[in-house]
Amino acid sequence: MLVLRGLAKTFLAGTPNAATALDGIDLEIGDGEFVTVIGSNGAGKSTLLKAIAGLVEPDRGSIELDGRDIAHDPVWRRAALIGRIAQDPQESTCAVMTIAENLAMAGKRGERRGLRRAVTPALRERFRAALAEVGLGLEGRLDARLGTLSGGQRQAIALLMATLTHPRLLLLDEHLASLDPKTGEAVMAMTAGIVAAGKLTTLMVTHNMQEAIRWGSRLVMMHAGRIILDVAGAEKPQLTVAALVEKFHRASRSALAEDRLLLTP
Amino acid sequence: MLAQLHSLLVNMLEQGFLFSFLGLGVLLTFRFFRFPDLTAEGSYPLGGAVAATLLVGGANPYLATFAAVLAGAAAGTVTALIHTKLRINNIIAGIVVMTALYTVNLRVMGRANVSLLSTPGVFADVASALTALGVPMREDAATTIAATLVLLIAVAAALVLFLHTDLGLAVRATGENETMIRSLGVDTDGTKMIGLAISNGAIALSGALVAQNHGFADIGMGIGILVTGAASVLIGEAIFGDRSIERWVLAAIVGALLYRLLVAVALRVGLEPVDLKLITAVLLLAALAVPRLRGRLLRR
Repeated sequence: MLVLRGLAKTFLAGTPNAATALDGIDLEIGDGEFVTVIGSNGAGKSTLLKAIAGLVEPDRGSIELDGRDIAHDPVWRRAALIGRIAQDPQESTCAVMTIAENLAMAGKRGERRGLRRAVTPALRERFRAALAEVGLGLEGRLDARLGTLSGGQRQAIALLMATLTHPRLLLLDEHLASLDPKTGEAVMAMTAGIVAAGKLTTLMVTHNMQEAIRWGSRLVMMHAGRIILDVAGAEKPQLTVAALVEKFHRASRSALAEDRLLLTP
Repeated sequence: MLAQLHSLLVNMLEQGFLFSFLGLGVLLTFRFFRFPDLTAEGSYPLGGAVAATLLVGGANPYLATFAAVLAGAAAGTVTALIHTKLRINNIIAGIVVMTALYTVNLRVMGRANVSLLSTPGVFADVASALTALGVPMREDAATTIAATLVLLIAVAAALVLFLHTDLGLAVRATGENETMIRSLGVDTDGTKMIGLAISNGAIALSGALVAQNHGFADIGMGIGILVTGAASVLIGEAIFGDRSIERWVLAAIVGALLYRLLVAVALRVGLEPVDLKLITAVLLLAALAVPRLRGRLLRR
């Protein structure tokens, strides 16, 4: 269970360029929920995920994962519980190391790393099976360097790396955005399969409304650092892009109107 | 002619193996951590100073050499602490430690130069041990080459094995993609410390062995040593490429041998020892520029 309370972050606070990315976010995500997060550029989606992962330190608020406030833990300590994939495949994998080495590093998530050989024959078997399951034809290329793979293949490996140890929380930060539509579709299908099989609690940021509607069990819309729409349950499959756009305009207008009210003396 | 070639080759093997540890140390920081670690300029003479001072004080040669390695590792750890805990740029952290070590080295030796001409070191010990075993050896180039080669194989093998362990992978990834390895649960402050300690331990080992081979430790012996190490790494890379850990380690060793050969040839053709740093700088420049120029020519 992930509970966010009053999470706030302003970049360049106290300067003329101050930008509020998170404006008091309250959000509860139950175990096994698959939440898609949409919103326009600068809505705070990515900052939200980075704050949860520990890459951005929030100004205020708490981040509770399984009842423990992790808001001020360093990235590496949270990593035991959280798997994350970024938009750029370069960020989530190590280009000069092999597929087997990358997976071996991910398999040690949250564990002490000692002086045992990292890639053992037993592990190679396990990795080969995991790769065969996702069907990219990479099971015979365990010793290929990540840098020699395509963006889609790298992102698929990143997905395996993020989920290998069944983390308590999976964060997908526009992980399809840098892929061509066909590859993106394949990686998304793979994502959905892994999330469903592991019943992983997942937060997926996207700016593709169709994706946000089609996947996941709950949809959250952000605007100007706030959550302006939260749809779950039976209502979620009924959503259409048109309805979402309509809701977005209404909600963002009222958010703007509120701002204006606040500004009026 | 043949005698000249022979002495060139002997010199290459003797000095090249001694400097290979330096190449391995520089490989770790320069290639895997992707920054020139100037701590080397202090940890190399530190190795020489600690070993020489202990030897003159009557210490066991092996223990004196091992103490030099520990001193170098400590120097690397200090650089890592300054970089990670005080968040100071890694090059600046290296410069700070290098500067401090100049005084430390003078304090350790008590003067600018410690002679070992009348003090037997590890190589004399190896020679007498072998003689006692029925293999008559003197403290000469052959003994040095044999003893250093055995140690080098052991150190290089240990390094390769380490870089394939869970911890070793984390150390490598720290230099390649720190964001990623942190997001996999690794405290990179720790892996940086381990990497810099190993690197400077190896560099200090080179300093300790060279001091015992040359017969003295000198406060100035570390000047330009980082460039020397980097030249070895780059020359080796130009030949072997950077395809795997094994090749990278081999490249650093072969690079050190070739670097020594080139220096020896330069001295043979009439250049003097005072020209050495200029030769080193030119070699480094060539090792950097040739792969690039070759790439540009091939693209045409």
